[in-house]
Amino acid sequence: MRVTQGCFSFLPDLTDEQISRQVQYCLEKGWAVSIEFTDDPHPRNSFWEMWGLPIFDLPDAAGVLMELNECRKVYGDCYVRLSAFDNSHGWESVRLSFIVNRPKDEPGYRLERHEGAGRNIRYTTKSYAVDRAEGKRYGGT
Amino acid sequence: MIAHAMAESDDTAGPERIGLRKEFDQVGIGDVLDQLDRELIGLKPVKTRIREIASLLLIERIRKRMNLTSDVPTLHMSFTGNPGTGKTTVALRIASILHRLGFVRRGQVVSVTRDELVGQYIGHTAPKTKEILKKAMGGVLFIDEAYYLHRPDNERDYGQEAIEILLQVMESQREDLVVILAGYGDRMDKFFGSNPGFRSRIAHHIDFPDYADDELLAIAELMLQDMAYKFSPDARDAFIRYITLRKTQPLFSNARSIRNALDRMRLRQASRLVADLDRELTADDVMCLEASDVLASRVFAEADGPKGSAVAS
Repeated sequence: MRVTQGCFSFLPDLTDEQISRQVQYCLEKGWAVSIEFTDDPHPRNSFWEMWGLPIFDLPDAAGVLMELNECRKVYGDCYVRLSAFDNSHGWESVRLSFIVNRPKDEPGYRLERHEGAGRNIRYTTKSYAVDRAEGKRYGGT
Repeated sequence: MIAHAMAESDDTAGPERIGLRKEFDQVGIGDVLDQLDRELIGLKPVKTRIREIASLLLIERIRKRMNLTSDVPTLHMSFTGNPGTGKTTVALRIASILHRLGFVRRGQVVSVTRDELVGQYIGHTAPKTKEILKKAMGGVLFIDEAYYLHRPDNERDYGQEAIEILLQVMESQREDLVVILAGYGDRMDKFFGSNPGFRSRIAHHIDFPDYADDELLAIAELMLQDMAYKFSPDARDAFIRYITLRKTQPLFSNARSIRNALDRMRLRQASRLVADLDRELTADDVMCLEASDVLASRVFAEADGPKGSAVAS
């Protein structure tokens, strides 16, 4: 099941050129672009790991793409996303975030029903991938 | 302009005829080249070379529109020449030419020396060099005194690491970045000798000649004009003698020495004017450098000519 989260996630995956156009837009707005990766794509997992430091003060997106390609080389079987953080007063939050790399095979989620007292049911979504240990979830070694 | 070029390349045939003059006017490199001629005195071989490069790039651009595929030309350059011969100034102009022709996307120049590229401990160099490279992408990276990157006496020097990263990016991201290495002629030769990888990756080796006396004078007058000063006729004659004398003395660095000399002359002119507080000054008085401002220079005192001693007395 294809994971959809962040911007553009219902579009086909962005090409590198489309990514660099988006990054260029962010840089021109003065946002700090950071590269993050994870192998636990649960929508509530807000703790993605950072690849290097946030990147800002660049005139051109090529520098970000260079870092992104390095990250893909190492974590090609993880989800990688770019987030653009706007530090201006009143915003101080992520303005744009989109997935730029995903594992070849995405097993998807299952729904768990937890039967409580009476007829009460609690639902949990669980990724099939996280059944395996960290680092081995998407065919990694 | 880029979007336009891409739209053109979508249809496989491409336009059949492209007016060269129209294209030339459209990209506006004529202005930059004229400005180069106007503002940079002398440097004939450099200007010829830049014109050649500009023509090549113009044709390359037209070829691209006609879908005659060719690789991105290698644009990395090395500028060699003595201090003060205008290497940095020319690098700035090159960046704007490349930008207008669309061979670099942003046209900024990032000027660095060894300090900004090479780290101080293990693992410090790579991020530092990459940081600079990222800043320079889409523009021109100007490495001044590039031979300091390589320290032959210390084989564990981190400079080598920076060189390797540079070479890799120069090769793999040619369309993102143009690298210009600059430095004094003989030391650059040695540097290229010990790093053959650099030599072969650089297409344009441009040598900056020293300025002749009359060129230095023209430079001085151009600088004064920019600062809204001028020489009195006597001062001009004195300055011609100054140039001849200064060139024979050590640590002469062409246009930079001239700039410094002019700054000291402005200082002397100011103190000469302030010495007489009761005077009413005209615009001409504050603009004009007199012969005495020039002749008070140490250069004349050190030369054993009779003029020098006359000023000292």
